[in-house]
Amino acid sequence: MSNVESPLRPTLIEGDKTLHDITEDVCRPIESKPNKYWWMVFSVACAALLWWIICVAYTVGTGLGVWGLNKTVGWAWDITNFVWWVGIGHAGTLISAILLLFRQKWRLSINRSAEAMTIFAVICAASFIVAHMGRPWVAYWPLPFANQFGSLWVNFNSPLVWDVFAISTYFSVSLVFWYTGLIPDFAAVRDRAKTKARKFWYSALSMGWVGSAKNWQRFEEVSLVLAGISTPLVLSVHSVVSMDFATALVPGWHTTIFPPYFVAGAIFSGFAMVQTLLIITRKVLNLEEYITIYHIDMMNRIILITGSIVGCAYLTEFFIAWYSGVEFEQYAFINRATGPYWWAYWSMMTCNVISPQLMWSSKLRRNLFVTFFLSIIVNIGMWFERFVIIVTSLHRDFVPSSWTMFHPTWVEIGLFIGSIGLFFVPFLLFTRYFPVIAMSELKTILKSSGSQSKKGVQHHD
Amino acid sequence: MEKRYWKGVEELRNDAEFVRLKNNEFFEEIPVDEVLGKKAESKDATPRRDFLKFLGFGVAAASMAACEAPVRKTIPYLISPENLVPGIPNYYASTFFDGHDYASIVVKTREGRPIKVDGNELSPLTKGGANARVQASVLDLYDSERIKGPIAKGKAASWDTVNKEIKDKLASANTKQAKIRIVSSTIISPTTKKAIESFTTKYPTAKLVTYDAMSQYGIIKAHQLAFGKAALPNYSFDKADVIVSFGADFLNNWIAPIEYSRQYAQTRKLDDGKKTMSKHIQFEAALSLTGSNADNRYKLKASQTGNALLSLYNAVASKAGAATVSAGKTDADAAINSTANDLWNAKGKSLVVCGSNNANDQLIVAAINNMLGNYGATISIARHSNVRQGNDEAMAELLREMNAGEVGVVIFYNANPLYNYPDSTAFTSALNKVEVKISLSDRNDETAVKCDYICPDSHYLESWNDAEPVRNMFSLVQPTIQKLFDTKQSQELFLLWSEAAVTDYHEFLMQNWRQGFLATATGMASIPAWEKVLQEGVWNGEVTESEPAFVGNVNDAASAIAARKSGGLDIVVYEKAGIGNGRHANNPWLQELPDPVSKICWDNYFAIAPSMAKEKGLVQGNIIEVKSGNVTLKGPVLLQPGQAKDTIAVAAGYGRTNSGKAGNKVGMNAYPLLTFSEGTFNFTNSGASLNKTVEADYTLATTQSHHTMMGRAIVKETTLEEYIKDPKAGNEEEKFHSYKGKVSAKELDLWATKDHPGFDRPINAWGMSIDLNACIGCGACVVACTAENNVPVVGKEEIQRSREMHWIRIDRYYTSDMDKEKAHEQGIGKLSMYGYMEEPAENPEVVFQPVMCQHCNHAPCETVCPVAATTHSEDGLNMMAYNRCVGTRYCANNCPYKVRRFNWFKYSDNPQFDYNMNNDYGKMVLNPDVIVRSRGVMEKCSMCVQRIQYGKLEAKKAGHPVKDGAINTACAQTCPTNAITFGDYNDKSSRLVKQSSSERMYHLLEELNVQPSINYLTKVRNTTSKTNNSHKA
Repeated sequence: MSNVESPLRPTLIEGDKTLHDITEDVCRPIESKPNKYWWMVFSVACAALLWWIICVAYTVGTGLGVWGLNKTVGWAWDITNFVWWVGIGHAGTLISAILLLFRQKWRLSINRSAEAMTIFAVICAASFIVAHMGRPWVAYWPLPFANQFGSLWVNFNSPLVWDVFAISTYFSVSLVFWYTGLIPDFAAVRDRAKTKARKFWYSALSMGWVGSAKNWQRFEEVSLVLAGISTPLVLSVHSVVSMDFATALVPGWHTTIFPPYFVAGAIFSGFAMVQTLLIITRKVLNLEEYITIYHIDMMNRIILITGSIVGCAYLTEFFIAWYSGVEFEQYAFINRATGPYWWAYWSMMTCNVISPQLMWSSKLRRNLFVTFFLSIIVNIGMWFERFVIIVTSLHRDFVPSSWTMFHPTWVEIGLFIGSIGLFFVPFLLFTRYFPVIAMSELKTILKSSGSQSKKGVQHHD
Repeated sequence: MEKRYWKGVEELRNDAEFVRLKNNEFFEEIPVDEVLGKKAESKDATPRRDFLKFLGFGVAAASMAACEAPVRKTIPYLISPENLVPGIPNYYASTFFDGHDYASIVVKTREGRPIKVDGNELSPLTKGGANARVQASVLDLYDSERIKGPIAKGKAASWDTVNKEIKDKLASANTKQAKIRIVSSTIISPTTKKAIESFTTKYPTAKLVTYDAMSQYGIIKAHQLAFGKAALPNYSFDKADVIVSFGADFLNNWIAPIEYSRQYAQTRKLDDGKKTMSKHIQFEAALSLTGSNADNRYKLKASQTGNALLSLYNAVASKAGAATVSAGKTDADAAINSTANDLWNAKGKSLVVCGSNNANDQLIVAAINNMLGNYGATISIARHSNVRQGNDEAMAELLREMNAGEVGVVIFYNANPLYNYPDSTAFTSALNKVEVKISLSDRNDETAVKCDYICPDSHYLESWNDAEPVRNMFSLVQPTIQKLFDTKQSQELFLLWSEAAVTDYHEFLMQNWRQGFLATATGMASIPAWEKVLQEGVWNGEVTESEPAFVGNVNDAASAIAARKSGGLDIVVYEKAGIGNGRHANNPWLQELPDPVSKICWDNYFAIAPSMAKEKGLVQGNIIEVKSGNVTLKGPVLLQPGQAKDTIAVAAGYGRTNSGKAGNKVGMNAYPLLTFSEGTFNFTNSGASLNKTVEADYTLATTQSHHTMMGRAIVKETTLEEYIKDPKAGNEEEKFHSYKGKVSAKELDLWATKDHPGFDRPINAWGMSIDLNACIGCGACVVACTAENNVPVVGKEEIQRSREMHWIRIDRYYTSDMDKEKAHEQGIGKLSMYGYMEEPAENPEVVFQPVMCQHCNHAPCETVCPVAATTHSEDGLNMMAYNRCVGTRYCANNCPYKVRRFNWFKYSDNPQFDYNMNNDYGKMVLNPDVIVRSRGVMEKCSMCVQRIQYGKLEAKKAGHPVKDGAINTACAQTCPTNAITFGDYNDKSSRLVKQSSSERMYHLLEELNVQPSINYLTKVRNTTSKTNNSHKA
């Protein structure tokens, strides 16, 4: 890559790093023992995971009746959580694929952990798909596999089948993309390994990487191909998820705006989650010089844009409900804002539409505390968005005699909190065993975007 | 030399061959090489492939053996019973009567088990109708709480011992001249009465005391006074053009509701372009099922009923030129005057009925009907009804006798006074003074536990009997199963105890019919004639007596009414559609049936008007204490629109303590609120007070928590006036703007219908049509469906979570004071409009709408199922493949009618749901043609696909297409008003096609274009006011 870059472009690596420094900094967590904060967080995450296991076992063992669902509200926290987690996953792919294609170099410090986040989030999402089924032991039936059950085939008309394809494709492509990127870094860890175990495991993980020119050439090719495959997935996955609702008949679901609106929302929540994770990670793992305020700022801008798109979509829905003249549609939206679940609706509006507008201020955008706080708010808001769409649409649909309320049980709440444990346990392990920054790739921009090079350029001025 | 033995001749001879083989261990060569050696590897030996086959087989066989095959004890018929083909049902005509409801029935048995009870179409009274209790009665047969054999002093005993001991006690009572009393609810069987007669002949001190929990003694007494004949008249609602009811819930629980419902609906149906219908005016305090169906309903406090009747009497009398009496003011005086006009215009074709059990009230009613010339026209005393014979005064007398120590033996036959006698404490203490107490109850009920002997009666499906519900109209009861337990029919016991010549009741019954009271009837003496009656179930004779003349004294009754004092709050005790008088409280099907009006299951409650609740600071679910006289009851509040002011209504039949595990501790016992005055037990009284307790609020288990239609055209309705002008009134089609102009939803179809083979329904296209003018909302169909389709009972907690499993539900909507036109006129914004619409009016009009799976031809559920578990059949059914369902619930979410039901738990063999599917007796009621669903799968109405399939096969065997009426769904079959018509749209001459071509026909949510196979006919109300008019007070 070219070493020439405009001095106006911001420094992406602070602290006058050398190539060796990068290796040292990134490998340090892997080669040292975790501190007590890590253990504390890890214990909490493990406890949550255990709770998740208990709740899943109880649900599968007893029946879905242990949740608060009823004859009218057939989906609630389960699918809310599913969509929420899938949405969160979107930032990873967007960063690694779309930003790659747009040659956004700032992605290099964050893409590895964002992709890890994607994978673990999709696992969480998938867990809700399986858990929400009445008979999870036949969860493989929506897959079109050759069978002898009277040669039963899936219903290709069903958006849930599209979902199965979308999510499984997304998961496998993301996993391969992530792993491919990890190979040279694993090799670096392997080469520095001082213990036998580490040497063995990282040798296996790095799949015989030697760092030859041929290796690098193929690596680059594969990365580009995978980025190409991933790019449409960023748009398709959540579009397909949104079709679960959009193709249905339920007023409040049956909306053509859903695909773009869902994709924007997904990116919105995904970046918020990346913020939440990285603000902590960079502090704990001493990576402030790699994940700089500039990175935070850039992500906040994306949050601002996508948040505004989402807000626009909310208003459009209302306009169309009025404009359509459809009785049921109009009532669905009036009921959202003023019905028994008005608090959920207004929580969503406050968190998703009003709070991101604070990001217009560059001062707030570059403030870590504000960013961290807002990232949490955004994810709360996005959870409410799915809750509002699913529950407030279902609980009062066409025939008023069947209108009901939905109240969650401790099992549903437990599953949601537990799923956060299911997410954090692998993520915390990831921070200890995997290079959290794509160091070999990051090194390629050290010469152009490192603080030293910027100083050098300035000096020549 | 040592002795030598040869192993054989060969050794002695020392053959060369023998010598050669001598040293070999085995005489014959062992083919080791063939299996293991080189030879095995060669082609001609067992190849490895075979070895693998053997190995595979071995492993498979071993693992098969390891899986324990379920051992089912199947006992073949050694001698096959006559006419019994496994898989083919047998039907027997019989009769249901439990002291409360009468129905002539047909019992369906499969492999010797009765599994379904339906109405007998040959009966001129019930004509194939059956209500919820009749439908559910089959489950009572398999109630595991039934006593399994006779009990003496709390211990199981043998019949011989028990009978001997009882006979000794009876004999000693007889010698001591102590009184013997048989306390029984109404007996309509002439042969049972004859058996009791033989008992009373044997023991001259014995007497039968008839006692009904909810009696109609007031009417009987009034007719004694007015016509000199103590009889309950028979009413013909079908002959009445104007029906006025003062609190009589004649479609639900009043005297003969199955019969009356059919007659009533007959006057309301608008088939074949009929333009007339009866007018029904109801004055009542609590909103009853009957009141919900009225054309005009006026709120009238129960304590004003007497005065209201007097006002009506005066209004009619002034037209008839008769003398008037003095009448107090009521809240409904204006309405009463217009009602009098309507009645007068329909003289001889009208009917005034009253739910009061007060003889003075009823005398006034009789006088009004007499002035209107209704006796002999719409009311018959000659052909009187027998279904209520309870005598309240006789019961009070019995209490006195017991207290005086005059009674030596008391026998309770189908009576449970310790539960349902209003002053049960007094009854208990009186009962303690009786030496010998015998109960013939089938269970350890409240009275039986206090008895010395319990001689369990057999269930009616195990018994022989007859019935005469209406003078000279008979039906027979025959057993449909061998007795499940060691029980004896009570009639047989009466015969045994009286040492009659014939003690076998079957024999006794046949003798009574063929030689006794019916011997004179044409041909009855012959066996074929008897068998014909047995097969058909019913036999009707002529009535020759003439109608007696009115001799009543109106002035006496009027002064008795004028002397009544009222004040405080009124109490109204009523009966619900399912539980009724509480006799079947342990039947979970009935407990789970939502009350038709309040839509609440598994409970009773204090219903009060919303305005009164506001006044008293109460909200639904508050626990209040109601004090009436010296009785205090505690229970939850229900806000009931349409209820009269200052009135508390509460259902009887709840609060059982000894009915069994399903019925115990459900609600509160309201019988203590009945008061004895003017010679009868009254269901209403006044002077009550209430106060709110601090107890935590209670959630009533309801299947419908939203009560108004929110301005949507869900139930389409019009008035008779509008209907006469335009039969399409109220049924305007929803049109959409399109580039072609305004079009109906059907024309905006995205479905590539033509590409789907079978979509054109080449052979049959099943469907149903529901006449909303005929549906009275009683709920019989719900129980019928439960019985037919093995619908699980889920219990109170699950219904509190809105998880009932009923495949058919009856939606009940109240009108609201707000409608779209009104909002438009008054400039009320949408937000406020919807806010007002949520509140039912203070006196709403009520509509009922049965909703089951609509079997959409463009079904939204079918497209979204990921595994194609719900698909469409070629004959138009929306089908469920339970085995394929993975339980995503997407179909239920996408169903606009919300008729899909999910199995949240395993409802069978689960102690958490300890109802009929959790014990071996209860499971015997299951329909073997319908699968019991596992947990995690979706289920819904199948349009009784098993019946359709059966009917198709029968038609195929007979070699003709399915005939209209040959197949019927469970809901349509039981409907007492024939509101549901099942049929084939392809059969152009079918009743379905005829009914569907009516201008009143519409599809629910037509604008969605899901093309349902079920259609509805608009409701027409015989009022002059505008539809959806709720501005009335």
